[in-house]
Amino acid sequence: MGNAVLEVNELTTKYITRFGENIYAVDHVSLKVEEGKSLGIAGESGCGKSTLALSLMGYYFPPLYYTSGQIIIDGQNISGMDPDEVRKAILGKEIAYIPQSAMNALNPTQRIINFIEDVIEAHKPYATKKEIYDQAKSLFEVLGLPAEVLNKYPVELSGGMKQRTVIAISVILSPQILIADEPSSALDVTSQKMVIKMLRNLMDSGLIKSMIFITHELPLLYNVTDDIMVMYAGQIVEKAGAHEMVFTPIHPYSQGLMGSIMVPESGLRDKKLTAIPGVPPNLKNPPSGCRFAERCKYVMPECRVTSIPLRDAGGGRAYRCILPKEFLMEAYERERGER
Amino acid sequence: MNAGKKPCLSGRGVTKEFGFGRNKTVAVDGVDFDFYEGEIISIVGESGSGKTTLAKMLLGLINATEGDIFFQGKKRNIGSHRKKKEYWKSIQAIFQDPFSSYNTFNKIDSVLLDCIRMRGGGRLPREKKIELMTEACSFVNLKFEELTNKYPFELSGGQQQRLMIARIFLLKPQILLADEPTSMIDACSRTTILDTLMQLRDEIGMTPIFITHDIGLAYYVSDTVYIMERGKFVESGTADQVILNPKKPYTQRLINDVPKIYEEWDLSTV
Ligand SMILES: Nc1ncnc2c1ncn2[C@@H]1O[C@H](COP(=O)(O)OP(=O)(O)OP(=O)(O)O)[C@@H](O)[C@H]1O
Ligand code: SF4
Ligand SMILES: [Mg+2]
Repeated sequence: MGNAVLEVNELTTKYITRFGENIYAVDHVSLKVEEGKSLGIAGESGCGKSTLALSLMGYYFPPLYYTSGQIIIDGQNISGMDPDEVRKAILGKEIAYIPQSAMNALNPTQRIINFIEDVIEAHKPYATKKEIYDQAKSLFEVLGLPAEVLNKYPVELSGGMKQRTVIAISVILSPQILIADEPSSALDVTSQKMVIKMLRNLMDSGLIKSMIFITHELPLLYNVTDDIMVMYAGQIVEKAGAHEMVFTPIHPYSQGLMGSIMVPESGLRDKKLTAIPGVPPNLKNPPSGCRFAERCKYVMPECRVTSIPLRDAGGGRAYRCILPKEFLMEAYERERGER
Repeated sequence: MNAGKKPCLSGRGVTKEFGFGRNKTVAVDGVDFDFYEGEIISIVGESGSGKTTLAKMLLGLINATEGDIFFQGKKRNIGSHRKKKEYWKSIQAIFQDPFSSYNTFNKIDSVLLDCIRMRGGGRLPREKKIELMTEACSFVNLKFEELTNKYPFELSGGQQQRLMIARIFLLKPQILLADEPTSMIDACSRTTILDTLMQLRDEIGMTPIFITHDIGLAYYVSDTVYIMERGKFVESGTADQVILNPKKPYTQRLINDVPKIYEEWDLSTV
């Protein structure tokens, strides 16, 4: 077992709305990312992926509030820490974070090098402009980005180049872990592939020690991360190695997700797709039992009684359902038969 | 492979230009096509390739600058308002952005009632109309009782998309243009929508035309695939021909660059 770079135990966080309602967008989530490993987070819109990213960085600014659980980054427990303190001590250096749509949030009046100066100066106040420029230039070279980009303004860059630049800026301090939230979703396929290549390059070259990659695009996740976690309505419903998750999902919801992957490959065309009707529950008052019950074709009365715990499935896998894994896996096998 | 089948929609040299002189752009550039009845067609292209402009011409929302469109073997004539309305009984669309396809000021009941009227059911008794609307809603897993008196913008994105399909269920068009019908929703709800469209095809003999950037979707669902690059069809054929044996560099790039799960995804090409 490698060193855990990030360990999260039973983390629960919530939004408090203007009307005083609680929205538990992250509900008892546990995860572990080891050195040299990457973890993917999948799930449909609104299931809490982005909130989980913020929460596990200790980034608690209203309306997001910490409720309970533990976050340990590189051996340091940050759970009770003041968010401003976290921002100063952890962000950039320990954890680098690329928010969803970060590339469109770049200040248009700054050159790329100015963003890098901001990041470095926050941690090394005595660095000279020349030192910063040299450091940036060599990082860009390693990542295959042209050094001219450093002197450009964001609007002068194509979407794909802008996104790769954002990633480069965020890893300039060689963070322990990079959290990338939908970093390639708005790009055309070729730019998207370049972003993926760069993320893999960052891992292989050791510029970052580990990574959390968030996307609802499963074939991408499959090609980037070692493990995949599926979230549904604020909870983890399944954890597994990327290959196991994509080809032999256990939880009925993961099965719906994996069974709806469409790729242009001959291996797919004879398989049936699996469909899940309905929508996820409202997080303001989620059902007391299994949160997936409303959409599950196997639902039984006992599913709705109390919350369903995450069960160990062996081989580093876990899933949140009361049915035996053998039953679920066989059913999926049958369902995906010839079309 | 299309021996004996009739094309329901064809085009010869269909072109659309916008602007004049130095500002002229050719959005669709002399495309030829024959879409056969009952076949599932996909038009695949990246953003800006001219897909949506072509879809608007097929629907008769904008006129072609050049070229001809043939509907059921005859040159299409939709010059008058009446002719256009007649044409729209046969061809309908679901669009990228569900908001754009509803009149903001019409409640959901009247959106659906309009469909019944278009099919000549304007004089049906009230109970019969409600029965039809209820049936259409339940076909897409919506509850009609919960929608009455609401406006489309009060629905979630997924519900709006399903409402669009409920309209199609009532209108029963021969041709359905689906412009990125699945872009806003998640993988498993999109499969549900595809399933419903396929069910409609089997039940009412509709010809679906998917307009998409998703080459995986095109491969999975369609019989015939057209690849569009900068206003032109650069390659077309059966899904297996085009996707498994692409001949043109553009098609090859598109296919190479989407992530794979069965085979190794070669990252060395970028
Ligand atoms: N600022 C906020 N105030 C209140 N509720 C919020 C806020 N931000 C998000 N939420 C709610 O929290 C839940 C989780 O949202 P989150 O953005 O984490 O989802 P996501 O999985 O990242 O979705 P997407 O795939 O669309 O990015 C949703 O129900 C959302 O409506
Ligand atoms: S616990 Fe019950 S409702 Fe939930 S996923 Fe399992 S079978 Fe379905
Ligand atoms: Mg998000």
